[in-house]
Amino acid sequence: MKPRIFALTLLALSGTGLPPASAGEVAVTIKNFDYSPMELTIAAGTTVVWKNLDGEPHTIASLDGAFRSPALDQNDSFRFTFDHPGVFKYICSIHPKMKATIAVK
Amino acid sequence: MTEPSRRDALKCLGVGAGTLFTLSGGVFSAFDMAEARIEEVGMPLFLQISDTHIGFNKDANPDVIGTLNGTIDAINALPQQPAFALHTGDVTHLSKAGEFDTASQLLSRLKVSELHVVPGEHDVTDGPGAQFFARFGKPSGNRGYYSFDAKGVHFIALVNVMNFKPNGLGALGEEQLNWLKGDLSGRSASQPIVVFAHMPLWTIYEPWGWGTGEGEEIASLLRRFGSVTVLNGHIHQIVQKVEGNILFHTARSTAYPQPSAGSGPGPGPLLVPPAELPGMLGVTVAVADKKRRLALTDSTLA
Repeated sequence: MKPRIFALTLLALSGTGLPPASAGEVAVTIKNFDYSPMELTIAAGTTVVWKNLDGEPHTIASLDGAFRSPALDQNDSFRFTFDHPGVFKYICSIHPKMKATIAVK
Repeated sequence: MTEPSRRDALKCLGVGAGTLFTLSGGVFSAFDMAEARIEEVGMPLFLQISDTHIGFNKDANPDVIGTLNGTIDAINALPQQPAFALHTGDVTHLSKAGEFDTASQLLSRLKVSELHVVPGEHDVTDGPGAQFFARFGKPSGNRGYYSFDAKGVHFIALVNVMNFKPNGLGALGEEQLNWLKGDLSGRSASQPIVVFAHMPLWTIYEPWGWGTGEGEEIASLLRRFGSVTVLNGHIHQIVQKVEGNILFHTARSTAYPQPSAGSGPGPGPLLVPPAELPGMLGVTVAVADKKRRLALTDSTLA
């Protein structure tokens, strides 16, 4: 498996010039009503793990319906594996001002 | 235990320290309750509770069940019970089935026999709002929005938390807006109108999404009526605006306060000294006075 992931990562690298995070897990932190990072580029097959550090609950809801978390209370996490390339915009359905984007290469 | 006296019950609700808003000739004016005798105020028509957030357990209020129970006790101690209660949303904190069960159990203690509930965004975090509509969807055929008449007043329940605008403001969506137009068309301008929804139906603070995208369109549909009261929750504090014959009013939460617009990183729970908390939670009671004017009194748990 390992050499294959490596090859995928290289392929993604050559396409954009931007270094995407390698397949595996990538963390997104939710704090003070913001996703951090707000823009993330990852390789297909990567799992994103969101963790809410706010005392107020938040959700992760993609605008195209591809993924949607339940309400995350403080210190709750949500994971989603991005199997296919694409650009995924998502919001917090409780505080829709909170917006972020994940690009999957 | 003896029945609490009328004075004690009202004191319990904090009415004595409240401000009374009355509608007279289509214009709301505020006067201090101290100048009004309770006997002149008359029967309560309905009451509004909001943002009970059952399931919340953080420092801002570790006991939201206790404060809701305190609110219900105060309401049940009113000398005269209104015909029905409105709950303007965020019944639960995380839309969990257990939270809805607890909330329903607590609210069933209200002596008021009829409860009308609109969802807040915390109630529909599962997307379609399955848990909410399973419990409160019946009057609206699971649409969430509906209208009814009581004592000559036309009440309209709206849902503005399931169809957000890109800038984060609440929205009704085209279907509901068309329904609202139909519901109001042909209605006599002299009939008093009460509209209730979770998020404010006018823009209080756009950066925090405190408003509704179609607010201006909604207001334009309501302007021809002689008496319109728009009741919302969502912001856990009282904010009021009068525009022509329309009174816009947001209610306190029974769970925890929120910061005033723009104070801090976002509209999260506001931590206050425990002794100050009861004074920031409460209920709104609408009474019809002998001159058939509709008046709102905001009362705290202090």
